Amino acid sequence: MAVRHRGHGMDDHGLKSFSQSLKESGLYPLTSRGVTTLQVNVGALCNQSCLHCHVDAGPRRGEVMPKRVMESCLRVVDECDIPVVDITGGAPEMNPDYRWFIEECVRLGSRVKTRTNLTVLVEDGFEDMPEFFARNRVEVIASLPYYTERTTDRMRGPGTFRASLDALKRLNRAGYGSGGNGLVLNLAYNPCGAYLPPSQASIERDFRRELEGRFGIRFTNLFTITNMPLGRFRDFLEGSGNMRSYMERLVGLFNPAAAANVMCRETLSVGWDGTLFDCDFNQMLGLVCAHGAPSHIDDLDRETLDCRTIVTGMHCYGCTAGAGSSCGGEVA
Amino acid sequence: METYYDPHDLSDFASVGECAPELWKKFSEWYSSVFKEGALSEREKALIALAVAHAVQCPYCIDAFTKSSLEKGADMEQMTEAVHVASAIRGGASLVHGVQMKKIAEKIGL
Repeated sequence: MAVRHRGHGMDDHGLKSFSQSLKESGLYPLTSRGVTTLQVNVGALCNQSCLHCHVDAGPRRGEVMPKRVMESCLRVVDECDIPVVDITGGAPEMNPDYRWFIEECVRLGSRVKTRTNLTVLVEDGFEDMPEFFARNRVEVIASLPYYTERTTDRMRGPGTFRASLDALKRLNRAGYGSGGNGLVLNLAYNPCGAYLPPSQASIERDFRRELEGRFGIRFTNLFTITNMPLGRFRDFLEGSGNMRSYMERLVGLFNPAAAANVMCRETLSVGWDGTLFDCDFNQMLGLVCAHGAPSHIDDLDRETLDCRTIVTGMHCYGCTAGAGSSCGGEVA
Repeated sequence: METYYDPHDLSDFASVGECAPELWKKFSEWYSSVFKEGALSEREKALIALAVAHAVQCPYCIDAFTKSSLEKGADMEQMTEAVHVASAIRGGASLVHGVQMKKIAEKIGL
């Protein structure tokens, strides 16, 4: 079984450390404001190998969250009254206990969000997922890097744009994206290269115009997500000679208002084996919760986690550049 | 190898203001206002700037507005069409002067 941690932090390239930027902004040390979202990474197994993936997910990854770890997550959600469960991966749908986990979260009264790459929804065995999502009122956050075939397929692989459109139409037919019925379909946009995303409002307008006008597809909102210098995207940055200039841009655009609202201040990330992290990006770097906070879901201490000091590093500049970035889009 | 153009000069653009600081201040304020969202979106303005950069063949502008166009949400297809627009205008501007050429030739010719 392939299990990877890609090291512990990244080189600073001679640039100002993230801690120093926090100190200059009066935000050091960065601390939690209380856990309101449990983000559960149910595994790195995926049907795609996208170029921008910070997880380095793919069909050969062996990390799949076992049911006993999901049971621990449910116990924590119940006992600690955590209102939101955000399921990510890999392709979370490929975890064999994924549907069971969602149904249990819903039974506990949680608001459930799931990330999806869309293409998995048109594969054998997953065609009924849109209806399953709708029955359970799951908020679907779907990756779609662009509204053209050329750019999307370049980033995600041949045929992915057409498969994504097919999946979006199925979600629309299940009631998502039409508004008024509470079935939320959000899109997640990542830039197709070593540059920052545009303003969320402007790219959302472009996506709405193109998807509705050309394909009759509707969605609720669009989130812009900055590519993190991790995983396969880091491999691209280093291989193409863009790493230093990309990091210079992220550091140069450090925004204290974004830093004050980074998602790790309200989110706790759970790895496939139950290890706790401040965020999915720390998870990929193997940066476990520290500073006295418990490091495994079975040792969870809500009080300590709610006020914990967050483990940071150079990669954090990805969340604090410009308008900021999070799993819910801009933060400032 | 020595060359007239050094990409790093772009990051030193503000240094031209050292000997005329008031003019530089007015230029940079006007410049940043020009590119703000207005009747045209930031993406549309970046694409126009990219096209003009090719028309005037400014390597600094081509560098800056290639990156800016991408960061404002344009893609290679949009940017390539913008370059074609610039090329069409430059080509057309030459070609339309051919009307003057024809008139002169017809006046003096038998």
